[in-house]
Amino acid sequence: MKKLFGINWIKTLVSLILTFVIIQLLISFNIINSYLQSTLAAICINIILAVSLNLITGFTGQFSLGHAGFMSIGAYVCALITLRMPTIPGFILGVLAGAITAAIIGVIVGLPTLRLRGDYLAIATLGMAEIIRIIFLNMDSITNGAAGLSDIPQFTNWAWLFFYTAGTIIIISNFIKSSHGRACISIREDEIAAEAMGVNSTRYKVTAFTIGAFFAGIAGALYASTFNFIDPKIFGFSKSIDILVIVVLGGLGSISGSIVAAILLGIITTYLQAFANIQMILYSLSLIIIMIFRPQGLMGSKELSLSIFSRLGESFKPKKGRV
Amino acid sequence: MEQLFQQIINGISLGSIYALIALGYTMVYGIIKLINFAHSDIYMLGAFIGYFSMTTLKLGFVPSLLLSMVFCTITGVVIEKVAYKPLRHATRIAVLITAIGVSLFIEYTTMAIAGANVRSYPPLTGILTKSFLLGNINVSMQQVIILGITIILMILLQFIVKKTRIGKAMRAVSLDSDAAELMGINVNTTISFTFALGSALAGAAGILVGIYYNSINPLMGMLPGIKAFVAAVFGGIGIIPGAMIGGYFIGIVEVLVSGYSNSLYRDGVVFAILILVLIIKPTGLLGKNSREKV
Repeated sequence: MKKLFGINWIKTLVSLILTFVIIQLLISFNIINSYLQSTLAAICINIILAVSLNLITGFTGQFSLGHAGFMSIGAYVCALITLRMPTIPGFILGVLAGAITAAIIGVIVGLPTLRLRGDYLAIATLGMAEIIRIIFLNMDSITNGAAGLSDIPQFTNWAWLFFYTAGTIIIISNFIKSSHGRACISIREDEIAAEAMGVNSTRYKVTAFTIGAFFAGIAGALYASTFNFIDPKIFGFSKSIDILVIVVLGGLGSISGSIVAAILLGIITTYLQAFANIQMILYSLSLIIIMIFRPQGLMGSKELSLSIFSRLGESFKPKKGRV
Repeated sequence: MEQLFQQIINGISLGSIYALIALGYTMVYGIIKLINFAHSDIYMLGAFIGYFSMTTLKLGFVPSLLLSMVFCTITGVVIEKVAYKPLRHATRIAVLITAIGVSLFIEYTTMAIAGANVRSYPPLTGILTKSFLLGNINVSMQQVIILGITIILMILLQFIVKKTRIGKAMRAVSLDSDAAELMGINVNTTISFTFALGSALAGAAGILVGIYYNSINPLMGMLPGIKAFVAAVFGGIGIIPGAMIGGYFIGIVEVLVSGYSNSLYRDGVVFAILILVLIIKPTGLLGKNSREKV
């Protein structure tokens, strides 16, 4: 608890407030117009998704190809609640209920499947996500089937998005620094060795999976509220792949990497809209080239923000004699 | 009862196609432990090459089949050389993302060249249009040809893997690539050959699906690709007979579910079976005890 109010905490707080205020000003002066605002929202949602998947895949080493499934649960629960309660408390309730439902499904899915390793787990999670999507597709009376839910009340604005995105990043990076997070990392490094040291690997894997699912649910809820429309097709296999691409591109095990990759990809896709017909070709080519020349991702497993801030902090501190 | 047999006949045709695709997945996974997501797009390319050779070049069915198999073989080997070979020692997730990149590249390049719209195969001629009654069950000539070609290709594949030198090399590399290299086997050539075999089968599956379902589009590979992979996992990934059994099983289950219940649930049932298999016997039906992984 001492550390909570230390210099690092103040630095984090200041940089968060600065980010928020600068973007808020850009929005109020209409430099970020409504088109760019939807890009901004997409980036925030992708950051939440990527950071939460990074906890599962990058830090705990459990290869999940079903993140879009949890996202869809959050999206549908939040949409159904806000359609009946189109108020701010309804929105808050919707996001929370979406996230909690996703987390519960995460436990249910995680308990049996997390015994599997590597590619088998990837395929099992892929299958789970597809089953979730097919269930939504077939619950016509509630989810309106393939036509999807439209006219979802829009409550998200920059403040909400920022609140949830920053909250996700802070909670997950603190989790990783805690003893539970260290246990997760030890499972990634060597599961058998971790077990031998007394780490209950199943418990930590399910914990990481559940936390990941919870935040994916939040991201889904924000998606529904931002873009007013959801249908099962949005949350298909390719969405899970998109999230995984952000995580691997940023670097497995690097939260700032996920953030940087989400922002970069968001900006790139916005500017490639002009070349819609070759957008995906360029995207796939750059994916191949980046993986061939930098397979560890942009950041590897290093973190960006901390080192820069501590270096900045170093220059302000009175110099102590170094050995 | 008649309806059941009719459905099973239809399921066998669909299953043949899944089995052909699944073979490519299982061989590549057996040899380099990669879920080759681009494989389903090779299958799509096979369908498109067949389409162009039947319409633009006005070739018959058999020359078109051979042409698309040759084209897919070349594409498969080129993909392996360009995209996967530089990553031989990278982490598996990096190779997987590359495979996804290749898959998207093929899909959207085809879309840019051929257009995103659905095309229908040219009407069949000659013997392909016929159908006959087996008891009270209607069997079309297409179904006979699909099953026949699949069986011929599978026998050929078994022959290559079991009886030839390169097949022996494939089995050796999949068992232990380092040891195989020390024994003087050229691992890179063997991996390329595996890609070539798998891609040829996928190309054949593509053109067969074209004549059977009559409609093709650049994104047609995605779902059959995943289901064929499910089939490979179901039978035990890395095991060739497993992929065949898995393919037929998935095909028949899918047709039965859409025949007797809501067809929207058929994919759900396939994935539910997958998860059950993975939880009960993660190594698949035929397990890993039989050491043939190619």
